[in-house]
Amino acid sequence: MARIELTVDGAQVSDDVEPRMLLVQYLREKLGKTGTVIGCDTSNCGACTVHLDGRSVKSCNVLAVQANGHEVTTIEGLAEPGSLHAMQEAFHECHALQCGFCTPGMIMQSVDLLNDNPNPSEDEIRNGLEGNLCRCTGYHNIVRAVQAAAAAGATTAQPAAEKVEA
Amino acid sequence: MTATQDAPASVTEIGRDRRRKEDQRLITGRTRWTDNIQLPGMLHMAMVRSPFAHAKITAIDTSAAKAATNVVAVYTGKDLDESAGVLINAWAITTDQVAPDHPPIPADRVSFAGEIVAVVVARTPAEARDAAELVDVDYEELPAALDLKEAAEDKVLAHPDLGTNKSALWVFDSGEAGTGGNVEDAISKARTDGILIEREYRQQRLIPAFMEPRSVVVDPTGEQLTMWSATQIPHILRFALAATTGVPESKIRVIAPDVGGGFGGKLQVTPEEWTAWWVARQVHKPVKYTETRSESLMAAHHGRDQWQKLTLAAEKDGSVTGLKVELLADLGSHVAIVGGGVPVLGAFMFNSIYKFPAYHFACQTVLTNKTWTDAYRGAGRPEATYAIERLMDELAVELGVDPLEVREKNWIKHEEFPFTTVAGLEYDSGNYEEATAKAKANFGYDELRAEQKRRRDENDPVQLGIGVSTFTEMCGLAPSRVLGQLNYGAGGWEHASVRMLPTGTVEVVTGASAHGQGHETAFSQIVADRLGVRFEDVEILHGDTQVSHKGLDTYGSRSLVVGGEALVKAADKVIEKAKPIAAHMLEANVDDIEFKEGRLGVRGTDQGVALAEVAMAAFAAHDLPDGVEPTLDSDATYDPVNFNFPHGTHLCAVEVDTETGQVKMRKYTCVDDIGNVINPLIVAGQVHGGLMQGIAQALFEEAVHDESGTLVSASFVDYLVPTAADTISFDVDHNTTPSLTNTLGTKGVGEAGTIASTPAVVNAVVDAVRAFGVSDIQMPCTPERVWRAIHAGDAGGADPTTGGAAPHFDESTGHEGQTDRTDGAGQ
Repeated sequence: MARIELTVDGAQVSDDVEPRMLLVQYLREKLGKTGTVIGCDTSNCGACTVHLDGRSVKSCNVLAVQANGHEVTTIEGLAEPGSLHAMQEAFHECHALQCGFCTPGMIMQSVDLLNDNPNPSEDEIRNGLEGNLCRCTGYHNIVRAVQAAAAAGATTAQPAAEKVEA
Repeated sequence: MTATQDAPASVTEIGRDRRRKEDQRLITGRTRWTDNIQLPGMLHMAMVRSPFAHAKITAIDTSAAKAATNVVAVYTGKDLDESAGVLINAWAITTDQVAPDHPPIPADRVSFAGEIVAVVVARTPAEARDAAELVDVDYEELPAALDLKEAAEDKVLAHPDLGTNKSALWVFDSGEAGTGGNVEDAISKARTDGILIEREYRQQRLIPAFMEPRSVVVDPTGEQLTMWSATQIPHILRFALAATTGVPESKIRVIAPDVGGGFGGKLQVTPEEWTAWWVARQVHKPVKYTETRSESLMAAHHGRDQWQKLTLAAEKDGSVTGLKVELLADLGSHVAIVGGGVPVLGAFMFNSIYKFPAYHFACQTVLTNKTWTDAYRGAGRPEATYAIERLMDELAVELGVDPLEVREKNWIKHEEFPFTTVAGLEYDSGNYEEATAKAKANFGYDELRAEQKRRRDENDPVQLGIGVSTFTEMCGLAPSRVLGQLNYGAGGWEHASVRMLPTGTVEVVTGASAHGQGHETAFSQIVADRLGVRFEDVEILHGDTQVSHKGLDTYGSRSLVVGGEALVKAADKVIEKAKPIAAHMLEANVDDIEFKEGRLGVRGTDQGVALAEVAMAAFAAHDLPDGVEPTLDSDATYDPVNFNFPHGTHLCAVEVDTETGQVKMRKYTCVDDIGNVINPLIVAGQVHGGLMQGIAQALFEEAVHDESGTLVSASFVDYLVPTAADTISFDVDHNTTPSLTNTLGTKGVGEAGTIASTPAVVNAVVDAVRAFGVSDIQMPCTPERVWRAIHAGDAGGADPTTGGAAPHFDESTGHEGQTDRTDGAGQ
């Protein structure tokens, strides 16, 4: 067992974990952050995408011990309770989700994408989301949602993690 | 008394692009997937699965696993007793259908790679998985039946005790049924004095690949045993548990919480569910099992997997005269819950929108040592649509005309509805001319044809192909009487309840079980309009058999057209119940009460009461007319009288790089007729997603087994679910002819995109390279296959894919030249 201390969605947490435990398992099993889900076992699907120090990572591809001393933001901490991040709004407005299973990862990746490139072309959006699979939407409305969020200036001048701390 | 000041909702919810009620939880992570459920004392299961496609289990040593840290129990097939039940097939397509027994865990022989041989129960998922590695199984490998055609010849038996791999032969013949002429006569005539198109197409094996892996939790600690499952069919699941495991139905509660996609893949009763059900009753503690993606791809049922032998007869002028369809369908290792019924669902659709005077369909279902197959989005109709739409293109080539021209020559004209087809179905409505005209205009058909010609003339290395698919499908499963005639094990009705709560909100219970469709939104719109209440005041409840006690769940594009109609009928009963109470409140005659926009008024006066006031009066029950029950709550069970028949024209343009074989989507336009639209936003989403899955069959996806029967595409590295970067945005439009078989005038939309798009894409790819002598490319049309097809005639093509233009099955011409016979098919 290894002791880790980190910040998750603005809260300080500390646990003893097995060194082999994945960050996504830590989030779900230890912290009950079940908004972040597991869709595959080869880091292809991106359903488990979270932000580590403000950048997107697939949390099935990071060990919990690697997050020691870092700051993690999940879909549950992307916006203040009771409010929505502009990207969440855009996904709702553009009907960019159906079953919703890929959605947390897709939103977290989309936020990261706009942080990198506030005004992406459709091709840049499609390539930027290539690591996140969706089986329901055909991506059509996901692309629209990212475009809508970009147009609304959702480039997170205030990265989500900072917003939560505030 | 007058109506309340709060104006009731206007009667315009239907047709509005309401944003979904479901979204708030899903976009903020406040979700309840089955794998999220934690219960006190809950134990976790891990499965030990066979690496062999076919083998005897000679010994299993579980001692090391049992001794591992925090392991509670290890069970093998030999430990199971009768209370473990069996997995059922609900549709024996013939009375003499051959089907192997299907215990949740076999005791002595495995019949596909991935079958469960033991289950480990431990305190944590990780400990269960670690201990599963310690279970030592000795196998004696047996020859495996893997190739579908060879299996159909019984060369190797998938289940030796059965003596054959042939499960059932299902036949429909229009001559015998009295719905048309004799197809052999039409073929003979065409052979001497007409056009005969004979082709063999492959429907590759696909995997539904829903994003949420299957998960099941069983809690045996209450008075009722509760199962949470990532399923499309909680009601059918409950029925099957009761029917096979000895637990009374009244003691079983099944909950489908948030379910992350299904596409037919969660229309199943599974060994994993049955194992969890049994284990929980052994250990008397809640248990959970969640599959890994690899397990999901290996063991959750697959879809499609057919060889289609097709003969189309036509006059020299292109008028079709007969269609003969002979299918081989791979069932995999067991006959799943719908099983052989999937290809039978396609039996009525090969003739599609065309006026064939004679039709013959025969399907041989075959057992093999591969993962079982069952419904996957479209279930039978994509296969049918692919076949006929590919054939119509071939007919157009034979005639030297535009593919839309030969279709129009043969399709049912709009003034000919209702039209009884050669397969015996009555199509109620449609307008193929209008949908096609609109699609051509939206697509820029003539301009793209001009560009295509230019590129051909210039020998552009990148050729343009244009593909057409004028599809129809049958959906809204299903009139119970028809299902009975087909020997299906259940009906096709749907149930709904409408409860008027005293504080003015409305609870609606549906037997449909959503897993991404947006029922909570669309159904709220229907009820809001019908009862004149606010959209926000309607709550849709579903997916828990203790709340929704009666239902037949969600598949086959049935939820709106069958379940929605049940809602309408239940809501209408509420109004009828409200009338005598309103009359009493208004001191009027009940015959003078009319209901309009949420208000019960006295005809010809401005006197009236709001429905919510009547609900409150019924709740208080202080002053009701004699003999009137103090409730407005109403139930309805609706059995459809007919299927409904969405149709549409899909046009696809692709660019094919003839030097690399790479196919690039250029444009995709569709105009679908799905009758009246409840929510255009949800409909567009269904079409987009459906298109993508159909395109994926055409270009990307295939479940591939190696020569020993191991699924080699058992992860998302190898099973190519398309990404955002693989495709384009779609041009989606509608043409509306309301369905006449339900009061809302709706037709199903859930599967339309998938059914229509596959042939549109393949027709486009073939069209792009037809100048190279190519008339077929086996799906998925990978760059390698496209390149090989182009180069089949020159030194660049190593394998004998000589054009595939074989016009007949005659020995003289042979059909071995077809590119169908390229490598890479599921062996």
